[in-house]
Amino acid sequence: MSTFYERWLGGRQGALGLLVLSLLIFAILPLFLDIFRLNLVGKYLTYAFAAVSLVLLWGHGGILSLGQGVFFGLGGYCMAMFLKLEASDPISTAKQTTPGIPDFMDWNQVTQLPLFWVPFHSLTFAIIAIFVVPAIFAYIIGAAMFKRRVGGVYFAIITQAVAAILTILIVGQQGFTGGINGITDLKTMHGWDINTNSAKYILYYVNGLLLIGVILLSKFVMTSKFGRLLLAMRDKEDRVRFSGYDVANYKIFIFALAAVISAIGGAMFTLQVGFMSPSFVGIVPSIEMVILAAVGGRMSLIGAVYGALLVNYGKTAFSESFPQLWLFLMGGLFIAVVMFFPNGLAGLYQTYVKPHVDGFLDKVGIGGKKKAAVAKVTAPAVAEKEEAAK
Amino acid sequence: MLLGYSWSDWGSILVMQGFAGLSLFSVLLLMALGLAIIFGQMGVINMAHGEFMTIGAYTIYVISKVTEQYFPAFMPYYFVVAIFAAFAIAFIVGYFVEFILIRHLYKRPLDTLLATWGLSLIMQQIFRSTFGGREVSPTLPDWLMGSWSPTPSIDIPINGLFVMAITILVTAAVIISLYKSRWGLKVRATTQNRMMAGAVGINTQKVDRMTFAVGCGVAGVAGAAFTTIASTGPTSGSLYIVDTFLVVVFGGAASLLGTVASAFSISQAQSILTFFMTNAMGKVVTLLTIIVILMLRPEGLFASKVRK
Repeated sequence: MSTFYERWLGGRQGALGLLVLSLLIFAILPLFLDIFRLNLVGKYLTYAFAAVSLVLLWGHGGILSLGQGVFFGLGGYCMAMFLKLEASDPISTAKQTTPGIPDFMDWNQVTQLPLFWVPFHSLTFAIIAIFVVPAIFAYIIGAAMFKRRVGGVYFAIITQAVAAILTILIVGQQGFTGGINGITDLKTMHGWDINTNSAKYILYYVNGLLLIGVILLSKFVMTSKFGRLLLAMRDKEDRVRFSGYDVANYKIFIFALAAVISAIGGAMFTLQVGFMSPSFVGIVPSIEMVILAAVGGRMSLIGAVYGALLVNYGKTAFSESFPQLWLFLMGGLFIAVVMFFPNGLAGLYQTYVKPHVDGFLDKVGIGGKKKAAVAKVTAPAVAEKEEAAK
Repeated sequence: MLLGYSWSDWGSILVMQGFAGLSLFSVLLLMALGLAIIFGQMGVINMAHGEFMTIGAYTIYVISKVTEQYFPAFMPYYFVVAIFAAFAIAFIVGYFVEFILIRHLYKRPLDTLLATWGLSLIMQQIFRSTFGGREVSPTLPDWLMGSWSPTPSIDIPINGLFVMAITILVTAAVIISLYKSRWGLKVRATTQNRMMAGAVGINTQKVDRMTFAVGCGVAGVAGAAFTTIASTGPTSGSLYIVDTFLVVVFGGAASLLGTVASAFSISQAQSILTFFMTNAMGKVVTLLTIIVILMLRPEGLFASKVRK
């Protein structure tokens, strides 16, 4: 129990953070928001998957991927393909020239279901694909890059190019992918209507549970020996290599893990929003995912969730009423986070709020003497690292 | 006889497609030259580089409109003046951006990426608020229009030739100033070893600021060239930014010769592939090829042999 508390929950502070987050997701938000707004929050939380994956990859691994949208999209498209096939059964598509294939294929004069679509008739296959496809894709990119010791800036630029390529491909191959509109009009999942309010509630809760699960998994990874190696690799890669570790393999693993986490987010996005399009794959959404992690605090998993919620809420609120102001704000936010709050919201919490919380908890006598044994990488450590870099 | 074209048709297609590639090459190279200075020499990842290009393009647009309105007699000559103005304005903006933003981030290259992305969003919105969301084009002087036909089946647009001339001039100027001038010596000294450069009396802060501003200025000239080929919108710059980075990385970040070679091969490949496939697929194949080559040669085509 004690190792569970220390390692998985991250001691008193970590447990408190998780508790507050769970209360917010599972109790407070559903109580105060109507289903339309709650569905929006659910959408924001799917981006949080990508942000959490970037905390692992970028904050802890020092690998900046500007292509998380690729994996988010792969997950989303795998799910969307299954739902689309179910929505285009021969009866409801009877009016088409070729009944039984998705409508956009029919519009594009495709007369037979493409081969790679066929297995997506099965939900089991689709769910496995959500995990396996991004993992394989990430393995290929990661192996090609990290084995050749491509890293840092170069890796970021190349992942960006991959995002560009995938977007162009999806948009260009309209008959197979639905083109720029994406895969729309998704209705049921195994006969279960995903557009009803009750389904939206259920999906929101499933999404929340998955997110908490992913955070716990990431905490486990970070506090394991592998997690310590990851930090070591970020700070002094050569020393880790000279100590006999195969740095490339560790990097490939964390890249693939981050890809799968993003893909789960993408799949949940498709389920909750009811469509998937290339506008979630490209360079712009990928960079926005990085900013979610940066605003939340690149070292903090829970911070990433708050980052995703706040930035996306701001985006919705401002782009509804002041569309011009939003781009200014977003740009200003990027610059401000980089220049003034390199540790984001989590850093602000560490500096200003945590001492008070600690004092209060000590007073009440919760988890007092036992300080978290797991070395927490906090604001000063990152600052030191940045000083040391170069 | 191939695909129903005669040999002479093939010759013309090759020349014209190759020339289309050369126009793309000119804009890409001008963009990449600026970036090769900023990213290759200084190590700053400037995601707002495309917006500096857009600044240049809008400068040409504004000057063309002003000339048309108030000095119609000056129309045939304004373009040459406007190119210098495009350089100057992008230079000045770059100078201030370095002062306000970039100089605080030299030790954190990945963070410059995020900060300059933010900057590019802000600049795009400024363009949109000032010039509107629609694409605009300057009124080009008459001598830039039309085309030159050495044979009946070959048409070569004059503006393409003009852009190529600018490109050659700017490339020569950049190479000379980086490798033959005192300023270039200071730039290279500063970027290779900032501490030591400072110790021998180089004002490294000033050198950094000038270097960054010159890189932005060259992007402004790229924008001037861009207006002769396509119309300008608030997001024009962002269309080229990934390509430009790939050009610089593919050529080997610190090598100007590599930048020229990679801009040439990428634009030619893209232009010729576009003829055989759809536009999108041509681009996909080009980008994929670059990535695969980069996996084999991570330092780029012309890696400088420097120990890190």
